[in-house]
Amino acid sequence: MPIDVAAEVTANRPLSADYNVLALSAPAIAAAAAPGQFVMVKLASGSDPLLRRPFSVFEVLRTAGGVPTGITLLNKRIGISTSLIYSARPGQVAACLGPLGRPFTLVQPPHEAWMVAGGVGLAPFAALAESLHARHVKSTLFYGARRGDELFHLDFFRSLNVDLVLTTEDGSIGERGRVIAPLERRLAERGPAAPVMIYACGPEGMLAATAASAARYSRPCEVSVERIMGCGLGGCYSCVVPMLGDDGRFHHVRSCMAGPVLAADQVRWG
Amino acid sequence: MDLSVQIGSLTLKNPLIAASGCFGYGVEYADLVDLSSLGGVAVKGLFLAEREGHPPPRIVETPAGMLNAIGLQGIGVHRFVDEKLPELRARRATVIVNVCGTTIDEYAEVSRILSDAEGVAAIELNISCPNIKEGGIQFGCSLAGTFDVVSAVRKVTRLPVIPKLTPNVTDVSSFARAAEDAGADAVSLVNTFLAMVLDVETRRSSISNVVGGLNGPAIRPIAVRMVYECRQLVKIPIIGMGGISDARDALEFIIAGATAVQVGTANFVDPLIWPKLLDGIVGYMKRHEIVRIADLVGTVQATSEVSHG
Repeated sequence: MPIDVAAEVTANRPLSADYNVLALSAPAIAAAAAPGQFVMVKLASGSDPLLRRPFSVFEVLRTAGGVPTGITLLNKRIGISTSLIYSARPGQVAACLGPLGRPFTLVQPPHEAWMVAGGVGLAPFAALAESLHARHVKSTLFYGARRGDELFHLDFFRSLNVDLVLTTEDGSIGERGRVIAPLERRLAERGPAAPVMIYACGPEGMLAATAASAARYSRPCEVSVERIMGCGLGGCYSCVVPMLGDDGRFHHVRSCMAGPVLAADQVRWG
Repeated sequence: MDLSVQIGSLTLKNPLIAASGCFGYGVEYADLVDLSSLGGVAVKGLFLAEREGHPPPRIVETPAGMLNAIGLQGIGVHRFVDEKLPELRARRATVIVNVCGTTIDEYAEVSRILSDAEGVAAIELNISCPNIKEGGIQFGCSLAGTFDVVSAVRKVTRLPVIPKLTPNVTDVSSFARAAEDAGADAVSLVNTFLAMVLDVETRRSSISNVVGGLNGPAIRPIAVRMVYECRQLVKIPIIGMGGISDARDALEFIIAGATAVQVGTANFVDPLIWPKLLDGIVGYMKRHEIVRIADLVGTVQATSEVSHG
C-alpha cells in the first residue's frame, strides 16, 4: 500500500547542466520500495505547477546499519516541475507518494541480468543492480547517452561488480552510437542455453528495439515505460500502453497499475 | 452538526463526491480512502460496451490546470456490474454511475441495467464529454437533446437521474432548466471546457485528440458563476464542480448554490484530500455557527454598495 509523506530534501547533487540526484527523507517508502517501483512527487506548493510527477526510485538510502532512511530520484530538467527539482535546496519539502506500480521480476543465478539504459532511463537500475548483487546475479549494464559527461554513477555500478557496456552518440566515451548495437552483438554471441533476463528503460525507440532484439533471440525482457501520468493510482487513465490481452487483442492498460514494468513481448510498440 | 444533503430521494452523508473520470471505478482508491466516508463516488463513464479511448498522450498540464482527452476508455456496464460493483458495495460506497451513450436508446439501456443491479445509488448522465465524436456532448449542446435523453432515462429508472452539463454552451442555466423540465432529480455542472495546447516547436497539439477538456483550479471561478446562474433558474439540486482544491473552494460552490460538490483534479494531486476537505467544512460551520450544511446552499449575500460620499 502506498504511503504519502512530506519528504524533506536532504541533498541535491547536480550531475550536469541538466541532470541531478535528489535525496528525500522517506524511511517508510524506502523500506517498502522494490526495484522498478515509482513515486509521485511534487516539490512546489500551490496549483502551478499542479500535478505530481512520476519518478523511479533511483537509490534506497540506508544508515550504516542498513536501516532505510530515504530514496533518491534521478532527475532530468525538461519542464517546470523537473526544473524545480533540479534547483531544489536541502530543507525544502516534497509531497512524495509511493511506492507505486509493479516492480521488476528479480532473477536468481544461474540467470544473468542484462540492464539496458538510455539517458535518464538509468533511473530504475541503481536499485535493481543492488538487489541483483545481493542475490549474486551476474549483471551487465548496457548504458547509452548523448555524450560521455551524461553517463552517470559508473563507479556505483562498478562497485557492485556490474559489467559496463557504454555507448555515446558522439563517441566521447565507449562505443559511438546507440546502445542497441552492442546488445545485439552480445545476444548473437551468447549461446541459447545460458539463461539471460533483459531489463530495459529509456526512450521509446530504444525500448522497442530492445524488445525486438530480445524476441529475436528468445530472451525474456521487461521494460519500464515512462508515460505522462496524472495520478499514479489508476484514477485518470492518462498513462495507458497498448498491451496484448488474454483475448489475443490489444487493450489500453494503465501503466501506473499494470506497470511501469511490463513484459516487452506484450506491448504493441508504435 | 448535520452534514447530510438531499439529492432527490438520495441522502448523502456529506456533500463531498469523487468526480467521475478522476477516481477510476473507485476501487483503485479503496486502500487509501475510506470510500464509505465520502458523500458519493461517481465512477468513470460507462457505455454498454467496452471502449479503448484515445491513444496517448491524453493529458497535458496547463497553468493551474490540465487538458485531458481520455476518450471515455471504459469496461462497459456489464463488466462494471460484475467486477467492480461487488467491491464498491462491500466498501459501503454510495455509488453514482456516470452513464454514456451514442444514442438515446443506449443511455436508457445502460441506465436500465444499472437500475436492476444492486448497489447503485444514482445515475449521472454524461451528456457533456467534449472528447468523443459521437454521442455525449451532441445531446448536451442541444436543449431538445438534453430533454430527450433525460426523459428517456427517467422512464426506465427510479434512481435519481442527474445529467452532467457542459459549460461549452452560451447559457448553461437554460440546459439545467431543460433537464428539470424532463424530470431530472438534480444537475451536475460543470464538465470540462474545450481547450487546446500546442507545442510551438513541432506545431503539433500536445494531446492526440488535438483538442481536449480543461479542468483544475484554472476553471473554478467560471464554474462557480455557472452554478450561481443555474441556482437562479432551477429548483432541483445542483452538484457543483470545477477545480475544487480545498474546503474553501467547496464552500464557495455551496454558497453559490451547489447542494453537493464533486472533487476531481485535486484528487490526482492529493489522494488523501477527503478528510481534509471534511474537516475544513466542519471548522467553517463551527466558526459560522451553521448547524446544517444544507442551510448554506445558495446563500450569496447582496454586495453592499460602497459609499463614495
